[in-house]
Amino acid sequence: MTDTPLLKVSGVSKFYGSRIGCKDVSFELWPGEVLAIVGESGSGKTTLLNCLSTRLMPTTGSVEYRMRDGNFRDLYHMSEAERRFLMRTDWGFVHQNPADGLRMTVSAGANVGERLMAVGDRHYGKIRETASDWLTRVEIGTDRIDDQPRAFSGGMRQRLQIARNLVTGPRLVFMDEPTGGLDVSVQARLLDLVRGLVNDLGLSAIVVTHDLAVARLLSHRMMVMKDGHVIEHGLTDRVLDDPREPYTQLLVSSILQV
Amino acid sequence: MTDLATYNFGYLDEQTKRMIRRAILKAIAIPGYQVPFASREMPMPYGWGTGGVQVTAAIIGPQDVLKVIDQGADDTTNAVSIRAFFQKVANVAVTTHTKDATIIQTRHRIPEHKLAEGQILVYQVPIPEPLRFLEPRETETRKMHALEEYGLMHVKLYEDIAHNGRISKTYAYPVKVAGRYVMDPSPTPKFDNPKMHRSEALQLFGAGREKRIYAVPPYTDVVSLDFEDYPFEIQTFDKPCALCGAENVYLDEVVLDDKGGRMFVCSDTDNCEDRREHGHAGEMLAPTKEAAE
Repeated sequence: MTDTPLLKVSGVSKFYGSRIGCKDVSFELWPGEVLAIVGESGSGKTTLLNCLSTRLMPTTGSVEYRMRDGNFRDLYHMSEAERRFLMRTDWGFVHQNPADGLRMTVSAGANVGERLMAVGDRHYGKIRETASDWLTRVEIGTDRIDDQPRAFSGGMRQRLQIARNLVTGPRLVFMDEPTGGLDVSVQARLLDLVRGLVNDLGLSAIVVTHDLAVARLLSHRMMVMKDGHVIEHGLTDRVLDDPREPYTQLLVSSILQV
Repeated sequence: MTDLATYNFGYLDEQTKRMIRRAILKAIAIPGYQVPFASREMPMPYGWGTGGVQVTAAIIGPQDVLKVIDQGADDTTNAVSIRAFFQKVANVAVTTHTKDATIIQTRHRIPEHKLAEGQILVYQVPIPEPLRFLEPRETETRKMHALEEYGLMHVKLYEDIAHNGRISKTYAYPVKVAGRYVMDPSPTPKFDNPKMHRSEALQLFGAGREKRIYAVPPYTDVVSLDFEDYPFEIQTFDKPCALCGAENVYLDEVVLDDKGGRMFVCSDTDNCEDRREHGHAGEMLAPTKEAAE
């Protein structure tokens, strides 16, 4: 890890009319770090994630990102063209529902290759080679390269979505409940895969989840949210093993034990 | 009573013409950009060339000579009725000869005879948005044009190669105009795409139902999209035209009987007739009277 953060978030709030989406969130994310945002449904996790990833405009606050040239840029003072370019090159966004993040009517290979073509790759053979390489890395057989995601299982779709996001070598990946809707054994494989990829590529990631096990496995640090506020923030193992806030204690103790 | 305007040259009222001409000027200023315009109801159904007719009506003058083609032919229903329409409402001279025409309204072909400076080619366009079938949201496609995000167009070409081993799109083949906007050249066969590149004639595109006008000014670069290892290719034909023997022209297949008999003839009827008048003959051309006697 270097000594400058990748993302600086200060005082981000989002109001939906008089209701609070998230309020006064500040933190820094460092290169290679995985941050988990946990909390119950409606606690503002996804609102916060959308604000950070510029999919939603926060009411107040600023989000600064360190570009590849080392300069910090305020995301909300960038032009839309720059922001969209950033989103499809230096960032990734993994949706909970793969259908939101994939093009369901084009083949797996084209799904992975889309970002490459968007940044100007014009050699079919090379695009295809990169695509099949990435399919292998996310454990999808290369014989499925010409199949549409519609023909894939839920777990495969999610893995394809991850491949599609990582193909341009992003530095920051946002994940919204990446294992939601998958059965437990598939979840375990996916988590294992994501953990491996994050380690290998030195990615930074912000993972939104309501599943504390996901946070435990993937993240270095975590933030606990309730009613739009960050109520506890610390190293994952510390928060899970020694929760301070009553709500966090309740959350940790309500994990089902088999 | 007498000061009431009773009839205006070229069917459209002056305000409408002005509005369309403004759209055309803007379109010429930004090659390949789709300019919205307030398309009018025309005395023909959508899909019959209402966009092309409005563009033609807005630019036609009493001195113009009009040619109308439908899939290259001067004698099919659409071409004949639009030609008759302008004879009736503008009393302009009409022709079938490409080189004599000043305005050529076309449905899905570019004439084989090379167009010259001063000529205007008006296309009838059914769907102006090249990204339509890839991204159905118009708000999104406009943004993609504005930000020059055209990766999706190549996704379509990628899919073609992945499934068919080659780019199988044969008509409405997407082009990049003046290095900026990706444009749908209307459903012309891709055979005609190279003719658009640095054409001496002004090319105007009118989409009536979709309410868009776009243009390619003379001498503008029009490049068909492709991959480095799968370059753009035009269709080729094994045989020359069965009537006039022309090669390197676009041919239509004509079914002759129910036993598999077929012939390939020029799609551009004017070009074909012209060649036959000059003594060229294909293998299936009926012998002329003198020759028969």
